[in-house]
Amino acid sequence: MEEREKKIRVLVAKVGLDGHDRGAKVVARFLRDAGFEVIYTGLHRTPQEVAMAAVQEDVDVVGISLHSGAHMTLVPKVLNYIREYGGDPDEMVVLVGGIVPEDEFDELKAKGVDGIFIPGTPISEIVDFIKETVPKKKGMKVKS
Amino acid sequence: MDIDEVRRKREEWDRKCLKPFLEKSGERQEKFENLSWIEIDRIYDPSDIEHLNFIDDIGYPGDFPFTRGVYPTMYRGRFWTMRQFSGFGAAEDTNQRWKLLLKEGQTGLSTAFDFPTLMGLDSDDPLSDGEVGKVGVAIDTLKDFEILFDGIPLDRVSTSFTINPPAAIILAMYTAIGDAQGVPRAELRGTIQNDMLKEFHAQNTLVLPPEPSVKIITDIFEWGIENVPKFNLISISGYHIREAGSTAVQELAFTIADGMAYVEAAIERGIDIDRLAPQLSFFFNSHNDFFEEIAKFRAARRMWAKIMRDEYGAKNPRSWWLKFHTQTAGCSLTAQQPLNNIVRTTIQAMAAVLGGTQSLHTNSFDEAWALPSEEAVRVALRTQQIIAYESGIPNTIDPLGGSYYVEWLTDKVEKLAWDYIERIRKMGEGSMLRGVLAGIENGFFVKEITNAAAKFQREVEEGKRTIVGVNRFTIEEQLKIPILKVDPEVQRKQIERLRKVKAERDNVAVKEALDWLRSAAENNENVMEPILEAVKAYASVGEIMGVLKEVYGTYKKPIII
Repeated sequence: MEEREKKIRVLVAKVGLDGHDRGAKVVARFLRDAGFEVIYTGLHRTPQEVAMAAVQEDVDVVGISLHSGAHMTLVPKVLNYIREYGGDPDEMVVLVGGIVPEDEFDELKAKGVDGIFIPGTPISEIVDFIKETVPKKKGMKVKS
Repeated sequence: MDIDEVRRKREEWDRKCLKPFLEKSGERQEKFENLSWIEIDRIYDPSDIEHLNFIDDIGYPGDFPFTRGVYPTMYRGRFWTMRQFSGFGAAEDTNQRWKLLLKEGQTGLSTAFDFPTLMGLDSDDPLSDGEVGKVGVAIDTLKDFEILFDGIPLDRVSTSFTINPPAAIILAMYTAIGDAQGVPRAELRGTIQNDMLKEFHAQNTLVLPPEPSVKIITDIFEWGIENVPKFNLISISGYHIREAGSTAVQELAFTIADGMAYVEAAIERGIDIDRLAPQLSFFFNSHNDFFEEIAKFRAARRMWAKIMRDEYGAKNPRSWWLKFHTQTAGCSLTAQQPLNNIVRTTIQAMAAVLGGTQSLHTNSFDEAWALPSEEAVRVALRTQQIIAYESGIPNTIDPLGGSYYVEWLTDKVEKLAWDYIERIRKMGEGSMLRGVLAGIENGFFVKEITNAAAKFQREVEEGKRTIVGVNRFTIEEQLKIPILKVDPEVQRKQIERLRKVKAERDNVAVKEALDWLRSAAENNENVMEPILEAVKAYASVGEIMGVLKEVYGTYKKPIII
């Protein structure tokens, strides 16, 4: 069977104790409308649970939403567990959305995050970023 | 005034004045809508509020139906309480910030807890890693509370606590501090949020399932009216519902519905409604649509007065009051061009004051980036002080009362909220308590709120809604605002302190208190006294919540996008 185009698979994840899910849910809905296959983890997931979902669902994009200020601890943990569970976060596009101070952008990027989206980001910008970055990052598993 | 004459004049104006003008020059939009998608007309006149009766629907402040305010003198008597929500790091850090705020003229305290405390977890729980002291102060045991209130006399300052699943524990800690300071319990003033229903709808600080959550809240009511009669035992909150993306109408309707559910739970328990009512308070959001917010506050008071008097038979006029705290809309703050947020917050704060709020938190301009810096907090507080002392707004009561538009909109918002309440009542087959629980179970509230959030976002994406600095009037900018950083050592220090407390306390007393709590929970008895006993023995928040989780189980929210 020839598959002309495999849909980009996106995991939208809420990690940690923070319950602010408006952003994650609206983004998930809009990414789905933009034609991606979207898996939403639901609330209060541990880094292990998010990593396991990313590996099992074989996603192209991991989008982590946090409004808790715990991103410097939790995001690297998710990426480490992905490795531990046999995935390769370097082949995934890793996004962080929520309240992130600008002076922490570089450090997060150094830890393996590809894109950071703060409040007020148009979702179209996230869509474009994913469409642009996924093929670059992993040569996109597009069958032709 | 003869309404027919008004109609005739209006028709003449339409024809002779408006129409020729519109032919030359159209309007900016075909349709004007507010943030709840209520269509707003070009102009309002007496014919739009013909169905309203001044005495029954508007009236005078301090008198039924309280549309214009709960006090007869409102801000001519005293200003609203300026109460900035704050807390970060360890108890010492927050104590210091509080003393600064009091020195700057703040008149009440309001506590932000960190996520582990909000969720009833200790700082050394594996789930707390990275979150200790981040978005609020970390509290594990009474020891932390002693440091938090060091040098703050509880007989002179009132404190509000944004706390929900562990609300009983925090109320017990506050009572214990009061006992230690020698302040009579009858003099303790403050508020615990203690509103679990809205957690299920929106805010998601979820630990126990809905029914036991309501049971414990009712325990707090029962204990609180006897022990701390000046303390607000609940703050029935629309704020978070709005932040999650609801409209103003949904915020109002769901909050009032929750309030009715709590009152019904109290009545089922046999609590005298006239004793409980003065200890109920409300908490609303103030968003950008200025007149809609004012209408919402006025409608809320009028609805609650009717509900308490006519539906639940409260006899004391004091029981008919809806008194409320307001916070400006966090979700309206933009990361882009952050100084613009000062202007948004000013508009929202003015709406709260014109709507007759009892206390107010104004957000700081840098909060789309991080917890606010001291400078940003000061500007936020000064915003309130300028409205209070310079604007002249507080000098007369309900200055917008009688405005054709505001009265029409107050009535409209109220009607739409009643429609929702009747839908919820139907889900509960006549009971608001069962209706709200059913709406949690079947996802009604979450779906309503999520759909509104998505609809709003779609309009922003499409440019139908303008957000200045975000989808119009944008610039390339470099962030120049100083950002508050929480000491990364807080978690380690907090865990160390908890271990020390656990090593030094009387562990037999802790075990006895926790056993008492378990047995009270298992036997459907009131849990407040055992919790107070456990707190005084320095049992931790995690240990106390742990017992409740063992007895009642925990709650996992269904996933609805």
